[in-house]
Amino acid sequence: MDKSVKIEVKHLNFYYGNFKALEDITLDFYANEVLSLIGPSGCGKSTFLRCLNRMNDLISISRVEGNILLDGLDIYDPSVDVVMLRSRIGMVFQKPNPFPKTIFENVAYGLRVNGIKDKGLIENRVEESLKLAAIWNEVKDRMHESALGLSGGQQQRLCIARALAVEPEILLMDEPCSALDPIATQKIEELIHQLKKSFTIIIVTHNMQQAARVSDITAFFYMGKLIEVGKTNTIFTRPNLKQTEDYITGRFG
Amino acid sequence: MSVSVPSLQRRRNFLQKIVFNVFCLAALINGLALFIIVYFMIANGWKAINWTFLTQPPVDSMTKGGILPCIVGTLCLSIGAILIAMPIGVASAIYLNEYARPGRLIRVIKLGINNLAGVPSIVFGLFGLAVFVVWLKMGVSIIAGSLTLGAMTLPVMIGSTEEALRAVPDTYREASLGLGATKWQTIYRVVLPTALPGILTGTILGISRAAGETAPIMFTAAVFFTPSLPVSIFDEVMALPYHIYVLATAGTEIEATRHLQYGTALVLIFLVLGMNLIAIIYRSRLRKRMQ
Repeated sequence: MDKSVKIEVKHLNFYYGNFKALEDITLDFYANEVLSLIGPSGCGKSTFLRCLNRMNDLISISRVEGNILLDGLDIYDPSVDVVMLRSRIGMVFQKPNPFPKTIFENVAYGLRVNGIKDKGLIENRVEESLKLAAIWNEVKDRMHESALGLSGGQQQRLCIARALAVEPEILLMDEPCSALDPIATQKIEELIHQLKKSFTIIIVTHNMQQAARVSDITAFFYMGKLIEVGKTNTIFTRPNLKQTEDYITGRFG
Repeated sequence: MSVSVPSLQRRRNFLQKIVFNVFCLAALINGLALFIIVYFMIANGWKAINWTFLTQPPVDSMTKGGILPCIVGTLCLSIGAILIAMPIGVASAIYLNEYARPGRLIRVIKLGINNLAGVPSIVFGLFGLAVFVVWLKMGVSIIAGSLTLGAMTLPVMIGSTEEALRAVPDTYREASLGLGATKWQTIYRVVLPTALPGILTGTILGISRAAGETAPIMFTAAVFFTPSLPVSIFDEVMALPYHIYVLATAGTEIEATRHLQYGTALVLIFLVLGMNLIAIIYRSRLRKRMQ
């Protein structure tokens, strides 16, 4: 099976001021695979995720060294337009964060800011995205009601639909289920299985079972370093390093 | 233990009751003060209010007739002040809260704004006289008065807008940027609409303050007496607070016009209340739409 590399991270260092939050990370992401980042709180996995769509640019004291190549092009190159980059890489956050707008306007938002004005096109894309995010049936009769009236799980799927509407190539998910109950979590996990057919997905999770269930590849971070990465099956059954095994079996973290 | 616990419990409950009652009293004093003021004005002023009072200019050396020029003047000045203070105030707050990176310059600007809020209103009046009336040759006019009142309203406007912007969760900004929106699109489409109710609160406070001020308009916009209504922004006007001041201190018949003074005050209060009410209704409709 030939796999194409979507993102290559080479010797990435990341600093908050003088604090080195990530150290010499080298990692490849393959198209149409789900990769999960695991590790204890503060190990740098969310920071790493936010390097991939340059969300860390918002922090004025941050600094990046090394390269992140998306389809071979360095995303930190000065010629790269961050706004364009972010429309290629969708992001779903820890807490569902729909805008205080209608359900329709939430999903249409990404299209509108990217300059799409054609009403019919927007309507089609909104419907497609909501179907893709498996929430269409629950919201189709209340498209013009506020998104804040939805349940937490519905809000999170709406946020996924909102990210999908701009047709990104990659989906970053930062602990997308940490604020959800088990049933809503299950729905999101089923969704991830569906979505990996068309997207490359990178998910940060604290939930070991979730990593085992949804991902093809698992990367274990500890203290800003990438400790071990491999096929999820291997990582969870016979990891190479004792540290990884200790974390996965719950001996620390 | 078994003996001391109930007595401790009683003492704690007692203390809690006392503290809550003190707080409740403090809150009541606020409401009571407003109630007394409004009651006092209505009791003394309602007899002066009639159709002539609201629709005619003053006559007989301002001892009879109405206060229409004052109502129109105050409306013009308040609206003018808000038209000036709102765009500048909102733009400043956006710059300070969304764009500027914290540093020395920002600290100096914020210090300036805070101090501007503490400048006595008569100083604003003199400033307006020197700069707008004399130096910029606007004369005593609606525009000079509005600019002066606007400058005075700015700190309130900036402060409440900044607070409203800070209350917009960062997750909204991140979500918007993550979808490929530019910073300005994020501010214009997500941050500002979410902050709008808070910004309106600032506007309400600003209008209330601007409408009731006497000192800043004394030298810049208001005149003792003019029977005609303004036709341009370069006209001078009568204004409610200044009219009260004039009747109560410099009129020809101070005692005989008492009821007119109270009546004018009552009109001023209801004018401010009315303008506030419009903003409050609009704000609550905005909030409802977002829920």
